[in-house]
Amino acid sequence: MSVLIFAELDEGKIKKSSQEALFYGAKVAEQTGTSATAIIIGQADDSELASAGRFGVTKVLHASNAQLNEPNGMAYATVVAAAVQQEGSKVIVLAKSSLADAMTARLAGKLKAGLAANVVELPDLSNGFRVKSSIYTGKAFAYNDLKADIKILAIKKNTITPEETDSTASVDSFSPTLNDADFVISVKSSEKASGDVLLPEADLVVSAGRGLKGPENWGIVEDLAHALHAATACSKPVSDLDWRPHSEHVGQTGLKISPNLYIACGISGAIQHLAGVNSSKVIVVINKDSEAPFFKSADYGIVGDVFDVLPRLTKAVKAL
Amino acid sequence: MKILVCVTSVPDTTTKIAFTDNNTKLNKAGVTFITGPYDDYALARAVELKEKTGASITVINVGEADSEPVIRKCLAIGADDAIRVNAEPTDAYFVAEQIAAIAKENSYDLILMGRESIDYNGGQVHGIVGEMLGFPSISPVMQLDIDGDTAKITREIEGGKEQLEAKLPLVLGCQEPIAEWKIPNMRGIMTARTKPLKIVEPTGTDKLTTVANYELPAPRSAVKMIKADEAETLIQLLRTEAKVI
Repeated sequence: MSVLIFAELDEGKIKKSSQEALFYGAKVAEQTGTSATAIIIGQADDSELASAGRFGVTKVLHASNAQLNEPNGMAYATVVAAAVQQEGSKVIVLAKSSLADAMTARLAGKLKAGLAANVVELPDLSNGFRVKSSIYTGKAFAYNDLKADIKILAIKKNTITPEETDSTASVDSFSPTLNDADFVISVKSSEKASGDVLLPEADLVVSAGRGLKGPENWGIVEDLAHALHAATACSKPVSDLDWRPHSEHVGQTGLKISPNLYIACGISGAIQHLAGVNSSKVIVVINKDSEAPFFKSADYGIVGDVFDVLPRLTKAVKAL
Repeated sequence: MKILVCVTSVPDTTTKIAFTDNNTKLNKAGVTFITGPYDDYALARAVELKEKTGASITVINVGEADSEPVIRKCLAIGADDAIRVNAEPTDAYFVAEQIAAIAKENSYDLILMGRESIDYNGGQVHGIVGEMLGFPSISPVMQLDIDGDTAKITREIEGGKEQLEAKLPLVLGCQEPIAEWKIPNMRGIMTARTKPLKIVEPTGTDKLTTVANYELPAPRSAVKMIKADEAETLIQLLRTEAKVI
């Protein structure tokens, strides 16, 4: 009957967003008087797997098989569905991500599960099973009643701040039967930025818009991002103009992010852009136009030229 | 090749969201409804494939009668016919079940839709449909080419992209820049009026999730302005006051 948490690995380490999911899942287990078990797929050291116990889970099921080393939403759904069956889980928790989204959708189909995506609070169990989720790209919330026997909660980043203990979890090897049908999509090649902070996982984000005037000027944005150990992002016009890759586009039709700090440089703040970033805890807006609508949604604002302000901020961060 | 394009009818992206009836319903007064922006990309790529290969395009919408202007626009852009499943589309599993039921009757080679709807943002329907039909599903798809019975796909991953190949039939969740957005021309608008739009009643499961009520986010407190020539102060405030760095 345990709550099952899918924790995702990135280069053998449990992703930060999955740490939040582990802690969230352990809290749901407390609420429901059950235990919390994690399912982790792919290669990782036993010590890393056992470290999931820091967030409150007592057991880790580890599925490691050469076929599973490459992320594959369909195959991962088969593995997680088998873990659900073994553990008799009624609640499945995971953090939203590109892989988790693909996996969750297949899993919901397999289990006929009630699914809430972009969950932002712990469930309210006082009258059924109710969870709050972010909808309309962050412009509103819904209180969802999950009526299915099996419930899947895909939680939004920064929903919960994990507290850690010294506990470790037991680690059991898990080898369910895989379906050949789950491996029919072949990956021919992939390109991934290395060394930089990944935007969907980032706590701090420095983002820029057309106010930067051209891709050749992005150095001042990257300098501030590097100094802060932040990810870089951009507005839609910037990715449409190919100044920056689409994977950096935040907004209504791009990535929806909820970092602790979002610094918007030379972005006026159209409602479509705000929709993708308005869940950020703190928003800083730097724009030379004092009438830019973004200032109305900001916590801190500077009316000034980004070419002057950004280097000053970078210097101040380096001096800390 | 037979293509099914699944579209949502959603508030325009500039809409300020508000609720009515004790926060249990979207306040539709003054709201313009549009095809989901990601679905528009899916339809646009379907139209390009039609021009190239002679494919047929059926549009499906799970929605109430007020979705019909959006469906007619899809017909004007180039879809051949349309199906509206007469139900409120609030639950991903329920919506997927309606699409899968239609797909089972008609043997589509490609089922295209947006990566997510911009109202509920679940991003789940394509995967559930794929699972129900036993088809592979891929999302978010940025490029799609069809060569015989093989699809060549570029998919966005975190911080990058990957190139994939898979055999049809497939279910794909689409996003930019898969195609150029299409705007209906006058001839398209005229012919759309005569294209078939079939209305069917929903089938299958009751909704597995329902929304009890909605809420708007709390407004942010007033912005604290910092002079440009004292920009360094911001870093101190982010450290000592906001405690985010």
